[in-house]
Amino acid sequence: MILAIASGKGGTGKTTVSVNMARMFGADIQLLDCDVEEPNDHLFLKAAAISEEIVHVPVPQVNNTLCDGCGECGRFCRFHAIVPSAGGTLVFSDMCHGCGGCMKVCPRKAIHEVDQRIGAVETGRLDDITLIKGRLDIGRAMAPPLIRAVKDRLRKDIPAILDAPPGTSCPMITTLQGADYTLLVTEPTPFGLHDLKLAVDTVRTLRIPFGVVINRSGIGDDRVRAYCREEKIPVLLEIPDDRRIAENCSEGKLVVDALPEYRPFFQKLIRLVRDGTAC
Amino acid sequence: MKILVTASGNDLNAPLDSRFGRAANFIIYDLDTDAWSVIDNRQNVNAAQGAGIQSAETAVRSGARCLVTGHCGPKAFKVLSTAGVRVFYSKALTVSDALKEYRAGTLAEAASAET
Repeated sequence: MILAIASGKGGTGKTTVSVNMARMFGADIQLLDCDVEEPNDHLFLKAAAISEEIVHVPVPQVNNTLCDGCGECGRFCRFHAIVPSAGGTLVFSDMCHGCGGCMKVCPRKAIHEVDQRIGAVETGRLDDITLIKGRLDIGRAMAPPLIRAVKDRLRKDIPAILDAPPGTSCPMITTLQGADYTLLVTEPTPFGLHDLKLAVDTVRTLRIPFGVVINRSGIGDDRVRAYCREEKIPVLLEIPDDRRIAENCSEGKLVVDALPEYRPFFQKLIRLVRDGTAC
Repeated sequence: MKILVTASGNDLNAPLDSRFGRAANFIIYDLDTDAWSVIDNRQNVNAAQGAGIQSAETAVRSGARCLVTGHCGPKAFKVLSTAGVRVFYSKALTVSDALKEYRAGTLAEAASAET
């Protein structure tokens, strides 16, 4: 089973749900921190380091003595990463998506690929939890290639929880692709509702079954609940607006360790997801 | 010689568009014949990425040997300077004012992208 934890609005509690579910899972579980621009699962789960692998993407390099300025590479590239001109062919490697097309279409064989480092995948272990996280190098703008590298390390025989990046653009979509079920974590406020709707549109387009977790229940208003009712979206859990949860999070403590009365909340969530995905 | 001026409208009285990559229009003015034409650049106004590069490619293809704008980003500037197009910065209010400044030689030429 691959369970993705996503949201529309950031800061709703994806990591809180991810790390506490992993802690309460009660069997071998993989936790993938796919928010590679700012991974934070390791702040709550002090996993012993097992490995670190550097991840590269291939980018084109042009031999300008072989290049005759025919322009084929520029016509092929969708991302304006390679720009032929009279003065020589320019490569903008941070625009490059690594498809290798320019290299293939060059009639003079003037382009070859060089590996460019984008970040690292770190694997660690704490009890039953295998924590796999991606860490994008500072200055790199493209998360999806590193997210794919994190997901490549997923073992198919062990259930997995994917802590997704916030929002609904490429990094979130790359994380959710292939998931069996998605939990959308939201807060019951107008801002939360607005961004929840965007996230719902996205998971529906991806055709992934999903349910909602309402965090900080008690603040805001009833419109998120009303929306879920109208849309027939199951609300699997409501976590109360308990200041002690925030205090513990700010100290890197797991809710289920610091406040054991919340253990049944996460156990129930695990059960509901398992039943929902018949795993 | 042709010169390109970034414009928010489509004639010589149009405001000078202070951005290059996301300018609405490019006015291509022939300094020898005083003939001019407009290139619509709106595909780049809302482009998610590559606006500067694409605009620079359009500018190079137009045959302009230099251009006048308010700001030009580093990727666009790299494409323009590789192609030999000179970039001048102006704070003029309209396209025709910017052309006057160019003809008077009072404009500062960019040595690099202005951020």
